[in-house]
Parts: sequence; C-alpha cells; structure tokens
Amino acid sequence: MKEFGEKAFVSGNEAVALGVRLAKPHVIAAYPITPQTTVVERLAEMVEDGSLAAEYMHVESEHSALSAVMGASAVGARTFTATSSQGLLYMAECLHYASGGRFPIVMMNANRSLALPWNIYGDQRDSLSLLDCGWIQFYVEDAQEALDMVLQAYAVAEHPEVLTPVMVNLDGFVLTHTYELVDLPPQAEVDEFLPPFQATNKMDLAKPVNMGFTATPADYMEFKYQQHQGILRAAQVLADTDRAFARRFGRSYNGMVDTYRCEDADTVLVTLGSVCGTVRVVVDQLRESGHRVGLLKLRCLRPFPAAELRTLLANAKAVGVLEKNISLGYEGTVFTNVASALARDAKAPLLLNFVAGLGGRDISKQDISQMFTQLFDARQNSPEQRTIFVNLQVETNEQRLEQVHHG
Amino acid sequence: MSHPKVQPFTRPKHIDDLPQGTSFTAGHLVETTASWRTQTPQVEAEQCNACLQCYLVCPEGVISVVGTGITIDYDFCKGCGICARACNKHAIKMSEGGV
Repeated sequence: MKEFGEKAFVSGNEAVALGVRLAKPHVIAAYPITPQTTVVERLAEMVEDGSLAAEYMHVESEHSALSAVMGASAVGARTFTATSSQGLLYMAECLHYASGGRFPIVMMNANRSLALPWNIYGDQRDSLSLLDCGWIQFYVEDAQEALDMVLQAYAVAEHPEVLTPVMVNLDGFVLTHTYELVDLPPQAEVDEFLPPFQATNKMDLAKPVNMGFTATPADYMEFKYQQHQGILRAAQVLADTDRAFARRFGRSYNGMVDTYRCEDADTVLVTLGSVCGTVRVVVDQLRESGHRVGLLKLRCLRPFPAAELRTLLANAKAVGVLEKNISLGYEGTVFTNVASALARDAKAPLLLNFVAGLGGRDISKQDISQMFTQLFDARQNSPEQRTIFVNLQVETNEQRLEQVHHG
Repeated sequence: MSHPKVQPFTRPKHIDDLPQGTSFTAGHLVETTASWRTQTPQVEAEQCNACLQCYLVCPEGVISVVGTGITIDYDFCKGCGICARACNKHAIKMSEGGV
C-alpha cells in the first residue's frame, strides 16, 4: 500500500481500509476470507502501528465477528466488520439481529460466488441472496467510490432517522484486488463530515436498559414497520449525505443511482458494481455508430430507487438488467426489483435480464455489445424468454429446439 | 434483591411512541410468565433454614429473602422445580398444577 500525502495507489480492499481508518471506529472484529482478507490485514496493521486507535477483536467465525460488533455497537461504539460469500451466509442469523436491533454497523462485503461448485471468484449471489435481511446495501464501482462510500455509509447508518446497518459491496478480485490511484480526504475534514456516533439507545450503567427484547404477536409487527420506515428514510439521508460530501470533498455520486448518456437513450442497460466501467466504454462505442444507448448504474439496492428508475427510464423503449446473479428457478433478483418498479407504468419498456459473470467469468465489451444488440432485436420481436444466461460455453436444449423450429 | 414487578402497560398509540429498536428501560416488565407453570413450588417455612441454595440456583431469579425465610414471586416462577431439587432440607415441595 503506497500513500503519497493526499493520494494513494491501492487495491479496492486497501481503499476500504483507508476509509475505515478515516472514520475512526472504536471496534473492529472480522474473520478472514478470500477475497476480503487484505482489508482486515491492512486494518490489523494500522491498529498495530498505532495509526488507528481501535480495538481489534480476534474471533473464531463470521457469526462471532458480527455478534461482537453488535455488542460493541450496543454500548455506543462505532464498529466495522468485513466478509464475503460463505462468511456472509454464516452471518445470516446475525444480519437480521443487527438490523432488528438498529445497530448502525458498517460492513464491507467482497462479492463472491457461493458453493457448490466451490469457487472463490466474484459474483453477486452472496449479498443479493441476503437482500431481505434489513440492511442498506451499497454497490460500488471503483476504489475511490469504495473509500468514499465507507465514509458515507457511517453517516447514513448512524443518522437517528435511519439507525440501520450498511453493507458496502465490492466485486471480488475485479475490484477488491485491482490497484488504482485514489484521493485521500484529509482527516480533519473527515472528522467534521463524520462526527462521533451518538447512540440514542445504548447500554449505560447510569441509565440501564433492556436490549434485544422479545415482542409477542401483539407488538412484533410494529417493530418491523418501524424498521421498514427507517430504511425508506435512508434514501433522503443518502441524498443529503452525498451533497454534504460533495461540498466538502468535491466528489458526488448522485445518491442511489447514477446515469451515463441516458438523457435521450431509447435502450438502457441497468447494472451495478465494477462492470459499469466496461459498459460506459461500450455505450461510447455504440453512440459513435449512432445508437441511442445509455447506462443506469444502481448504487443502492436497499432502499430501492423505484421512483428514480421510473423517471430516468420513462422514455426508454428497451431496458436490460445485467447482474452477476440468478435467483435459481425464476430470474435475477435485481431484474425482479427493476421490473416491479417499472410495472406501475402502463407503457413499461421491454425488459431483458442478462445473467452473466457467475463464478468470476469475465464480462467482455463484446458480451455487453451483444446484450445491446439483443435489446435492439427484442424491440422488433418481443422474445418470450426474458432471462438470458450470457456467454454459456455449450449449446443448450432451448437453442437446439429453436434451430429445429427455424431450420 | 427482588425480581422487578409487572408494570401497567399502555399500548403505544403512534408508531413514534414505540422505542426505536429493541431497547427500553431495564426491568420494565409488562407480562407475567405464571401461565407457563404446570407444577408449583410450596415452601414449608418451619423446615427452611434459609441456606439460600434455592435463591442461588433459581434460573428466573424469582426467589428472594424476606426476614429469616424466602419468598417466591409466583408471577414469574415457571415451575421448573430446580429449587425443590436443590433444597437439602426438603423444605420445597412441588404441587401439581399452576397455582
């Protein structure tokens, strides 16, 4: 990790570690897992060399890691943990506990495929399979956004109107292990942007409370409604936070969604995470040959930017959703969410779901160009099948049947 | 130290009247657990020498010391019978039924 004053040449993981150090958490507990390992290694080194005054707790599992930071959060500490894939799944019970308890923990997740088959490479099936656990979910594109969103994540999570944990997702390897030059915000500026966490409910000897209590059927549902409202309010808080961040640090991410050449686009690819960079290049290429195409980047999946999608895609004729994910037996979860948002409009655009990059398979410019071609074609012939596995290396029975049909 | 007593519970009228998250004043109990009991401990005061073994082992903390003897908070006793088993003087008998 090379730091040069206000710049650093770092991997995505190291950018997260630098962001966490700037946020000054009191307690870090994590268990190493590929491809998250280097973020917690760097944090351990920072605690060791005294540049980060945090308690680093060694734990025997991810379940314990999240339990430990929940305990620390309960006494009013700012906390951090990080995981990936199987480790995130092992935390699943605690994810619901942390959100139900309104503990504003920030966690980095390195998006990685799930076993079986065993595979350590990047896809988004880990976090997307846990979309319903009551956490705010951010997806970032590059190292700078990763660093910046760690800072924004604490501001959103700890906001008294929100009090909800935040998961910051980075694509495994493609982002976690790619080195980039990042701007390091000055510590004094970060201290002003992110003042110490003021817990409204905490364990306190002077004012003892029960925490993590039981609610019977007569009262349970109101707590879930309250939690739901907290996550919904995070949309406005994130927008305000981004504006405050931009004023201080000169970088803005436009809250829950960002767009690229979408204004007059009739064909838009909606996606999330690091692949957005590749899509931008393809959009530029297709624009040069006269196609009105654009990119819509989802930065936040919970809360879900449904209203923003309806506005930004109001004039699109065809919309593709590209995700490194499939809800087996139905369609991609991101696609389901986008389709649900657009279904409220009578003239919803034609929708295709591109399932790609599972288990770390590369998504090339050619693949993305092909997706746009399929969207152009779909506007003519409205295909029956909406979910398409991209770049399968074998012929499928469906393809063979189609050949027989047309041949 | 005695077990906190049940306090009257006024159900919140507005969502903002709920505590934010699962956190509220310690010891604010709104329900009893007496109905869980199928057997009930009875203390025979003459046989009790206040050794407090029962007080130490009660998992619910419902046994407290009063004067030279003990008393059981039947609002929260779940009738597990551990106190009766622990009593060297056989001063606690379990009777059938929840009362």
